[in-house]
Amino acid sequence: MHIPDGYLGPLTCGFFYAVMLPIWTIASKIVQKALSVKQVPMLAIGAAFSFVIMMFNVPIPGGTTGHAVGGVIVAILLGPWAACIAITVALVIQALLFGDGGITAIGANCFNMAFVLPFAGYYIYKMISYNSAVSSKRIVIAAGIAGYLAINLAALFAGIEFGLQPLLHHTANGQTLYCPYGLNVAVSAMVGEHLLIFGWVEGIVTALVVKYLQKHESKLLGIKAEVKL
Amino acid sequence: MKTMTKLWIGLGVLILLSPIGLLLPEHFKAGSAWGEWGASEMQELIGYIPKGLARVSSLWNAPMPDYAFKGWEGKSLPYLSFAYIVSAGLGIAIIVAVVFLLGKIFLNKKNRV
Repeated sequence: MHIPDGYLGPLTCGFFYAVMLPIWTIASKIVQKALSVKQVPMLAIGAAFSFVIMMFNVPIPGGTTGHAVGGVIVAILLGPWAACIAITVALVIQALLFGDGGITAIGANCFNMAFVLPFAGYYIYKMISYNSAVSSKRIVIAAGIAGYLAINLAALFAGIEFGLQPLLHHTANGQTLYCPYGLNVAVSAMVGEHLLIFGWVEGIVTALVVKYLQKHESKLLGIKAEVKL
Repeated sequence: MKTMTKLWIGLGVLILLSPIGLLLPEHFKAGSAWGEWGASEMQELIGYIPKGLARVSSLWNAPMPDYAFKGWEGKSLPYLSFAYIVSAGLGIAIIVAVVFLLGKIFLNKKNRV
């Protein structure tokens, strides 16, 4: 889901930088106000976890590869605003150091994976786990469903961003300038593969971490561990 | 063991296991992620390289492209796995440093609760 340089035109790139700017500003303000110094290592671990989990590429045999983002579990543990910062740091390092995701597409990639994904994941988790005990099975299931749905929503946005390019930018003779695939192809490819495979990976990763923490470190799952708004 | 210690160890284990993310797609002959093709793959897919893409795609020269060392494109899997582990470790070290630095800059005494 890391959109490289050259797939999105200047309009889309600029638009998503412009959208992310206030989101990053609000996120930093909220985190600055509410994060305790003691939570900084946890934020660092969240960012690092998201970074490394994205390196675990999962293949569709003979087809494409994809991966979990690990952002939903970070959002569940630290809240969506802190997760937004953590995933942004991971995505920026991936783009700058490893060429994974374009420099021009950092705004769009952060919108999909550092904004849509943690926020959708967090609120779906909260809705399903509503008032359940930290020890309940329900929060594990809630985490799994949240992971699955949130990454699919992020993939949908990525698909739309890809798919708009032929409409926005093409030459007189019909050649595209950036991503060559339209909405139909791009959205079905992005959402299809995440519904089928990669969504499950995010869902399972999220549920497994919650299950492990429930058993061994249940205090991390309590509302107190979260970064308050 | 303290919670944080356990989580750091967990990260270390993930770093060491990371080549799975390289070897598994290789084994199942899976290609690039959708929408992350290089220019030559694009040529094969649609018969031309979109002009804007050709211009912008080489805008940034990452120091460790695709989680490997520069010039290691043709190396065998054990080498690439090693580079992958180094990339994971280095990436995490930088990310942790960045987050701690941000914490130092933006969090003040108020946050010491």
